[in-house]
Amino acid sequence: MSTATDLDRPAAAPAFQQVSTNRKTRNRIATGLVWTAFTAALLPLVWLLITVLARGFEYVLTADWWQKSFAGLTSRQFGGGVYHAIVGTLLQGLICAIIAVPIAILVAIYLVEYGKNSRLASAVTFTVDILSGVPSIVAALFIYALWVTTLGMPRSAFAVSLALVLLMIPVVVRTTEELLKIVPDELREAAYALGIPKWKTIVKIVIPTALSGIITGISLAIARVMGETAPVLILVGYNSFINYDPFAGSMASLPLLMNSERLTTNDVGEARVWGAAVTLILIITLFNLLGSLISRATSLKTK
Amino acid sequence: MSDFAKVERPAARETGSRGAPPNTAPEGTITTPPQKPGGAPGPAKVPTRPGDRIFKAMTVGSGVTIVVMIVLIGVFLLIQAIPSLADNESNFLFSRDWNADPAALAFGVLDLLLVTVFSSIFALLIAMPVSLGIALFLTQYAPKRLAKPFGYLVDLLAAVPSIIYGLWGLYELAPALRPISTWLNDTLGFIPIFATGSSNLAIGQTIFTAGIVLAVMLLPIITAISREVFDRTPSMHIEGALALGATKWEVVKTTVLPFGRAGYMSASMLGLGRALGETIALLIILASTTQTFSFSLFDGGDTIASKIARAASEFNDPKGAGAYIAAGLVLFVLTFVVNAFARWIIAGHKEYE
Repeated sequence: MSTATDLDRPAAAPAFQQVSTNRKTRNRIATGLVWTAFTAALLPLVWLLITVLARGFEYVLTADWWQKSFAGLTSRQFGGGVYHAIVGTLLQGLICAIIAVPIAILVAIYLVEYGKNSRLASAVTFTVDILSGVPSIVAALFIYALWVTTLGMPRSAFAVSLALVLLMIPVVVRTTEELLKIVPDELREAAYALGIPKWKTIVKIVIPTALSGIITGISLAIARVMGETAPVLILVGYNSFINYDPFAGSMASLPLLMNSERLTTNDVGEARVWGAAVTLILIITLFNLLGSLISRATSLKTK
Repeated sequence: MSDFAKVERPAARETGSRGAPPNTAPEGTITTPPQKPGGAPGPAKVPTRPGDRIFKAMTVGSGVTIVVMIVLIGVFLLIQAIPSLADNESNFLFSRDWNADPAALAFGVLDLLLVTVFSSIFALLIAMPVSLGIALFLTQYAPKRLAKPFGYLVDLLAAVPSIIYGLWGLYELAPALRPISTWLNDTLGFIPIFATGSSNLAIGQTIFTAGIVLAVMLLPIITAISREVFDRTPSMHIEGALALGATKWEVVKTTVLPFGRAGYMSASMLGLGRALGETIALLIILASTTQTFSFSLFDGGDTIASKIARAASEFNDPKGAGAYIAAGLVLFVLTFVVNAFARWIIAGHKEYE
């Protein structure tokens, strides 16, 4: 760059002088540091994934792992599977989503379509901000104080779902709000011009336009809450057999299973913990992929 | 659903269900036949559709619900904590002992609070510069085509459940850190934070290990927001700096960093809030101890969150549980303040919108 050939060498010295070595060095150091920082982030990611796969992958390869529970097995017997925990994880995530998603979407609609700059809207925005920072253990304690102590209900999977609702709402509100904001106003105005009521405009025009993104957001949020451990520790007991009833009895879930079995200090406990870790990562990945697949299927065809 | 039919009917009634002033002159004449005169008091009034009213009420109701919810969290924790606090024989805020035995309650949150804040700040000090580097890398340095997949990789860090971080920290990272922590302890042991602590260095269930794991968990959080803000640096600024002959680093230093500083600080505070509340990773990594916290990275101990989780199975007596709920309330207030502070930093920065 800096060397000119003889032919077009300027007659006078160029006004633009060389970049000093000092500045070049600083620039190089900065570039190096920035690349190092990125590599430093990838190192734990790769290390962690390799660890989990190396320690647990062999156990998830059997058919029993996906179809059976640990019922009837002692902590010294290999075999069995995590079907009971998969059921628990999915069930708790699903119940949570059924409660959280409508509320969250309505809140987002309020913020974008109705609230605008009202005082309630800024209060709601602030609440969503704070809620997204509430630690999962605090959400769990709140549900414990409300559901178990005050209302006298037993600890159950449903209580876990309620705690997860608190964690899921802010995530879904955020994504939905962002997506509704980018729906062009021309669409709304066209609908109004046709005499369509506002609520129907929102339900039939605005939401469908943003739907694919909302679905992605929801499945990401479900994937996130399924990995939460603090609520299941406080709000439900672990058991090693299959329980489909979210309102009664103990129900296993993958994080809870991992936390219980890690106290079994032998090869069997290790197999169960790392096998469950692989399973949990697979389920979370599946939900992430599912989200993008569904969103691709439901996205509106433009052009 | 009833008003759907009315809409289908061409020019049945005036349009514009909302704020727009009704244009009565041309439409009023057409409207009259199909409508019963009884309903609307005046011809100029915009009809309020039941669907609209119900739907708006639902959205407002949801908004109010979550505002009420956050208040309820504070109120319920307080209500449950008060009886235990009243029976508490120690000073809750300044005592460093924790005895949640319902018969002889004597609990103080200070030690837990110190461990919580100390480990979170240690994690933040590691995570902040690295996240800054990653965010700059992804927005300014990475080849354009690779920036997106690289960003996705960093986001993956956030998708890993914290229990897996905890297991990885204890079984993989802790042994790997042993030479470093031993060296730090041997050579710099005279500095209090590197002094020999309550936890066995050979096993590594220390705040040092926990803080590094926490830092890894914070990276995607701080990076995600910083990245968004750095991306919004006006290209005029960047091009201006380039036109003046600035090197890449000088461009970043004079345009991107000043523009994004508030966003980056806010992101870091959000990260801190997350670190303060992290439960299971710390529960797995930190060794429980009866010794008081001595401000060493090589101490064990418990954070507020991990203490609560450790005792979760013993929540049978309301008094005993109340002690932990009181600690939870402290954690709630702490994260509330940190998060509100994070929002306050970027409040008024219209250029980030």
